[in-house]
Amino acid sequence: MSLLTGPQLQFLFQGLLWTVVLSVMAFVGGGLLGFAVAILRVYGSAPVRNLTMLYIKLVQGTPLLVLLSLAYFGLPTLGLRIEPLTAAGLGLSIYVSAYLGEIWRGCIESVPRTQNEAAECLALSWRQRLAHVILPQAMRIATPPTVGFMVQIVKNTSLASAIGFVELARAGQVINNATFKPFITFMVIAALYFALCYPLSVWSRRLERKFHVANR
Amino acid sequence: MRYDFDFSAPLSYWPDFVAGAATTLGLSLAATVFGFLLGVLCALGTTGRSAWLARLCGIYVEAIRNTPLLVQIFIVYFGLASVGVKVDAFTAATAALVINVGAYTTEIVRAGINSIHPGQLEAAECLGLSRLQVLTRIVLPPAIERVYPALTSQYVLLMLASSITSQISAEELTAVANRIQSDTFRSVETYLIVAAAYLVLSLVMRLVFWAASYIAFPRRRRIGTPI
Repeated sequence: MSLLTGPQLQFLFQGLLWTVVLSVMAFVGGGLLGFAVAILRVYGSAPVRNLTMLYIKLVQGTPLLVLLSLAYFGLPTLGLRIEPLTAAGLGLSIYVSAYLGEIWRGCIESVPRTQNEAAECLALSWRQRLAHVILPQAMRIATPPTVGFMVQIVKNTSLASAIGFVELARAGQVINNATFKPFITFMVIAALYFALCYPLSVWSRRLERKFHVANR
Repeated sequence: MRYDFDFSAPLSYWPDFVAGAATTLGLSLAATVFGFLLGVLCALGTTGRSAWLARLCGIYVEAIRNTPLLVQIFIVYFGLASVGVKVDAFTAATAALVINVGAYTTEIVRAGINSIHPGQLEAAECLGLSRLQVLTRIVLPPAIERVYPALTSQYVLLMLASSITSQISAEELTAVANRIQSDTFRSVETYLIVAAAYLVLSLVMRLVFWAASYIAFPRRRRIGTPI
């Protein structure tokens, strides 16, 4: 079993780059949407709260692969032309928004209620209370689980390979099809994913420990 | 543009959907049972006395938790074939899912074991219980009861993740959907049906786990409060 050649490795690194791009897209898109979900879930009127909860349950109860397939194969039949990158970004953003929305809701709700009451007594408006009192504290609580969830995002971008987007996993499949050295190829792929995810895992754990110490 | 939804074409394939759902459930059940056993053993390994065993289990957990399931499935399926071990897609899928969920179970159960108060262990030792008895009667039952909700979520996620095994042509629900949508050209309808099916499956799984908790944990059955 010889190692991979230079051009093959180059192809893999290109895939790695696209994995990073897709992860960033999913995190930014899913983060924006997830923030809206979290805010609506906490501060919305009763029907809005129920609707966002339904959204979360629907997305969390559906496999990401099915979401991606719906975006990629479904939207064109509805008359929208869509590239694999857009479809993957869209599907991943929706998926991420449900999970991050739920994580952030928990963080917003774990800020002590008295903080909000005190801010209200100081005649701060809702927006001021949110921006200057609630969110700064919620963000501190939210950082470790959010970084932890980034690992999930990076890993889940591998499913974009199923709709033909050439990221790291797909690049591995292409190389495997040409060389038929599956073991070495996929081990290298796994190592590259590990190199992306492990620092995030360690960082998340370190943040968690720091947070626990700060709150003891 | 107008689009007329037509569910009749994909729905005429309903026996295939049912078969696919049954395969998904079979995969999930096998992976849940064996993954749970593997996870409990590794959790005992990480919390046990042997340092090298703990390190080995730690490496296993980190390696699995920081790489995508898809790549793990490829390594098991294509990797085994390349070293001459021929396995069918279903076996490879089950093996990959077991290895994957075993790592997550390890982490969850480890947290449960760590939450057991040391006084409990000392009391058990004072009563002259053997190490095996301490593990099976003092440590594991409350540890697993405490992390039971987390385990439930993990196994529901596993059921959803089993859709990834469609990539090595294990004929489960998503693979069936891929075939039907290319037969009927009704992709939106097909995937909506499948999404609904997964939703139902995850609700059923949660219900089963909830019911099982009342059989498995007598304390909860008697007084209805978690520890």
